[in-house]
Amino acid sequence: MSISHAEVERVARLARLRIDPGELDDRARDLARILELFDRLAAIDTRGVEPLSHPVAESQRLRPDTVTESVDRAALQQGAPEIEDGMYVVPRVIEPR
Amino acid sequence: MNAWQPVIGLEVHARLLTRSKLFSGAPAGYGAAPNTRACAIDLGFPGVLPVLNREAVRMAVRFGLAVGARIAPRCIFARKNYFYPDLPKGYQISQYEDPITAGGSITIEPAGGPRRDIGLVRAHLEEDAGRSVHEGFGRGTGIDLNRAGTPLLEIVTEPAIHGAAEAAACMRKIHTLVRWLGICDGNMQEGSFRCDANVSVRPAGSQTLGPRSEIKNVNSFRFVERAIGYEIERQIDLIESGGEVVQETRLYDPDRHETRPMRDKEDADDYRYFPDPDLLPVAVGEAFVAEVRDGLPELPDARRDRLAGQYGLGAADAAQLVSYREVADYFEAAAEAAGSAGSEDAADAARLTANWVNGELAGALNREGLRIDEARVTAGQLGRLVRRIADGTVSGRMAKAVFDAMWGSGEEPDAIIEARGLRQVTDAGEIEGLVDAVLDAHPAQVDQYLGGAEKVLGFFVGQVMKRSGGKADPRQANRTLRERLARRRDEPPAGQTP
Amino acid sequence: MTAPAPDSVAGIAAGLARGDFSAEEVARRFLARIEALDSRFNSYITVTAERAIEEARRADDARRRGSAGFLAGVPVAHKDLFCTRGVRTTCGSRMLANHVAAYDATVVELLRRSGMVTLGKTNLDEFAMGSSTESSHFGPVCNPWDPERVAGGSSGGSAAAVAAGLAPVATATDTGGSIRQPAALCGLTGLKPTYGRVSRHGLVAFASSFDQGGLLARSAEDVALVLGEMAGFDERDSTSLDAPVDDYRARLEAPIAGLRIGLVEEQFEDGVEAGVREAVGAAVRVLEGLGATVRPIRLEYADVGIPTYYMLAPAECSSNLSRFDGVRYGFRAPGVSSVEELYVESRTQGFGVEVKRRILAGTYALSKGYYDAYYGKAQRLRRLIADDYRRAFEEVDVIAGPTTPTPAFRLGDRLDDPIAMYLADVFTVGVNLAGLCAVSVPAGFAGSLPVGLQLTGNHLEEARLLNVAHRFQQATDWHLARPPLAEPAGGTPAGRTQDGGTRGGGTQGAAGASEPGPTPAARGRR
Repeated sequence: MSISHAEVERVARLARLRIDPGELDDRARDLARILELFDRLAAIDTRGVEPLSHPVAESQRLRPDTVTESVDRAALQQGAPEIEDGMYVVPRVIEPR
Repeated sequence: MNAWQPVIGLEVHARLLTRSKLFSGAPAGYGAAPNTRACAIDLGFPGVLPVLNREAVRMAVRFGLAVGARIAPRCIFARKNYFYPDLPKGYQISQYEDPITAGGSITIEPAGGPRRDIGLVRAHLEEDAGRSVHEGFGRGTGIDLNRAGTPLLEIVTEPAIHGAAEAAACMRKIHTLVRWLGICDGNMQEGSFRCDANVSVRPAGSQTLGPRSEIKNVNSFRFVERAIGYEIERQIDLIESGGEVVQETRLYDPDRHETRPMRDKEDADDYRYFPDPDLLPVAVGEAFVAEVRDGLPELPDARRDRLAGQYGLGAADAAQLVSYREVADYFEAAAEAAGSAGSEDAADAARLTANWVNGELAGALNREGLRIDEARVTAGQLGRLVRRIADGTVSGRMAKAVFDAMWGSGEEPDAIIEARGLRQVTDAGEIEGLVDAVLDAHPAQVDQYLGGAEKVLGFFVGQVMKRSGGKADPRQANRTLRERLARRRDEPPAGQTP
Repeated sequence: MTAPAPDSVAGIAAGLARGDFSAEEVARRFLARIEALDSRFNSYITVTAERAIEEARRADDARRRGSAGFLAGVPVAHKDLFCTRGVRTTCGSRMLANHVAAYDATVVELLRRSGMVTLGKTNLDEFAMGSSTESSHFGPVCNPWDPERVAGGSSGGSAAAVAAGLAPVATATDTGGSIRQPAALCGLTGLKPTYGRVSRHGLVAFASSFDQGGLLARSAEDVALVLGEMAGFDERDSTSLDAPVDDYRARLEAPIAGLRIGLVEEQFEDGVEAGVREAVGAAVRVLEGLGATVRPIRLEYADVGIPTYYMLAPAECSSNLSRFDGVRYGFRAPGVSSVEELYVESRTQGFGVEVKRRILAGTYALSKGYYDAYYGKAQRLRRLIADDYRRAFEEVDVIAGPTTPTPAFRLGDRLDDPIAMYLADVFTVGVNLAGLCAVSVPAGFAGSLPVGLQLTGNHLEEARLLNVAHRFQQATDWHLARPPLAEPAGGTPAGRTQDGGTRGGGTQGAAGASEPGPTPAARGRR
């Protein structure tokens, strides 16, 4: 199995990671090896097997609708990279929606 | 134009009226200083975990039962992955393959059109994102995450709507319903009720769907109708001039009355949905559903039909009364105070009450921008006023003056009628005296009337009302005038010769 | 066998109860050892010396007032994946190198409430992704048994700290083997509880449906004492199990005659290093000697574990780590001019190579067109694996085998070969896929390197595992062996001294964000 540079770039883009041109071969190979490992299992028939998302508990407990969290903005923003007027600041967003 | 059929599906986002957020114990609600209602969980801090709010589940089930949907015995929360500054975790917790409710329908009556059922695909729970503020941060954007994590119910209709007016009716109906159920405040300015519309056109008779455009975040009923109307015409024009509709997201600009393409979220093509490993499947048990069902109020359509039947109201009046549950409640309370049960008079009183609720009261509320629960005249007071109209104590016109006084002072109608001497003159002798005086004062007009100009009667009525200071019962005045004029034709008063 | 070692949890607790020494003396002794020795191992990222002294004094006060719990004054180190309020929580990543948590993890809170004294935060593979603790932004951890070798991972810092006597017990986490594998490689007892037994609130997520907090200590007894304080239902974790917590301590001594032990034949074949096979085989015979019966069992899908795990865990990781975007906390790349650049540069510069490798693999597995073939299929395989274990536990009480196929490997050996690194988890991932509990127990040596015996139990069978491990440790003394390197030059051997306090605390810096990182020597060492 081989993974193209374009595939690696597509996935990196989704994950917001930059892959330098010099790294593309390595990342493509890493990805291919993990997929190859898995592709060996192709012969195992899993049709009709219910996917397992959670190993132990069966269903969700529900929380009563009460306000339990107090918000200490100063404490929560202590390590924030950039704050102005209580807002997190990022470079200007060109609104897509 | 007949050659094309528009096909429209709506996605409505209703913010649920919970006290706390969908997955955290931070306070939900609108209007606080930036980031003062976003706790570590809402901010997606390292190590935090979501815990689902029972009330949000209850509200979703409430909606599902109200529209006759299937309530999933087991539903799943999934992560929708995309990067955006107002989305703290890099994913939104939503529902994908197994929503909490599936199916169901709503009934719409578009103006001038027949009543129609519109199917729903599903309604699912999801968390809201934060808010980006582009002004006032120099070359940057400010992020306020107060709204992040607020519970939303996304309601998706079948693509079974075939016109802009139908779409607006559909949105209105959903709006009425979520407010009726007490699960959403419906406030569109604050974004508590938002609507996206998927619009396509196809040759009439075709069963396939054309490429659609998605019109985002239309925040009023009027705009949804106009935006969709514009979009339908744009697509038809495009096709008829040899162009092709492309699947895209468009934004409606109400100032220029047009839709235009907008840049989509970059990840929109691949959200990588998968079951949220932090949240187990939600089991909605039969007992839970039964409890919610027992707590359901009488629903708008049923209530409309009952009001029409029980009070003998016209369809339009009844429909208007159920636009809000509070209005229907107000009406019924007022109707009871106006005079209860059974008789022909009671039916009259009920119809009169409906007219007053839909007319004077709605107008007064509108003028002041008030909700019905903020009305300055209580249902009981309005009912007692209607009773005074029905029993002839005041005329309709006087009643309006009484109503205005009640609105201003909050006083009881009888007190105002008494204090201002607004009691209608119904005493036969008094009215006869007024009529005779008017006729005596206007011999020329009497002659015209007797000469066949019956419309002069209106003039006499006006004069009687004027002379009585507006207090004479106009119906009685009318009747007495006819009698007196007839008598003058038969036996002219002394001193006049034929 | 004998009384607990004086530097064990049980020994310290007993000494404090008797008044042999004060909690402050104990804290100072460990802090002094850390200062003297940790440059060799790099097991701590942050040492909270001042805070430790303060907490120890509080424990001493409580003891004087008669309100101290059993563990009050016993030191503990926390894997730096657990959030600690007011103390930086780095996850071994540049991304969070200066991140000070705003709240305590439930585990941290519970142990603090029990009176335990926090010595500091231990080193780990970046975001717990690794099997050697070489991917940490704060440099690799060395194995106290052989500084040229890895301590295992991802909880290598916790393991090295306990093995070197720099903490009597340490919290750790296990997503695919990250407690048991370092326990095996460092000669410790390491318990991975049932998924949901210990709260994940405040445990920074790697793969949410696998992650589970647990403990590394010398003995099963020590684990039992501390687990009793940190296990239990937590309303802040939806996946937390609402089941009563067993009295682990009370059950330690129960006889194990009649215990049914299952052995998986493949785990004793050629793929496993001879020294490991022999040690584990001998350990099983010890259990037989205690009255256990042994029978072969089949885990049909055992081979499926690694590929399935390395599909599912990265998928969850890719989503869990999306929150590190440079907007609200953590590292933000300087000099960016757009939001997109902010994301890409902060993440590319903030994450190390193994984390990025897994994010890429996980993103791929979830992406359009591949979900069914990879993520979906892996979830179905996970069901088959879980069913395998379910059937096995109808026949046996415990499954025994080697924790790892080899003892500690050399630093740097597997860094360029991720698959070889992943295979270190070959015997441990099944437990995480099925959400079971398992413990690794020292079972002898292959050459001079420790070997671990893994005992796997069914859901919520922690008490049974600790019971078996404890009976085994009463019959053996592998868990009492000390690495020769863990002694200060010319100092007294670990555990045989009670004269703590001479080196004074506080010299490793104050608690909080301003604490210095590891020494340059430690960071630069490979």
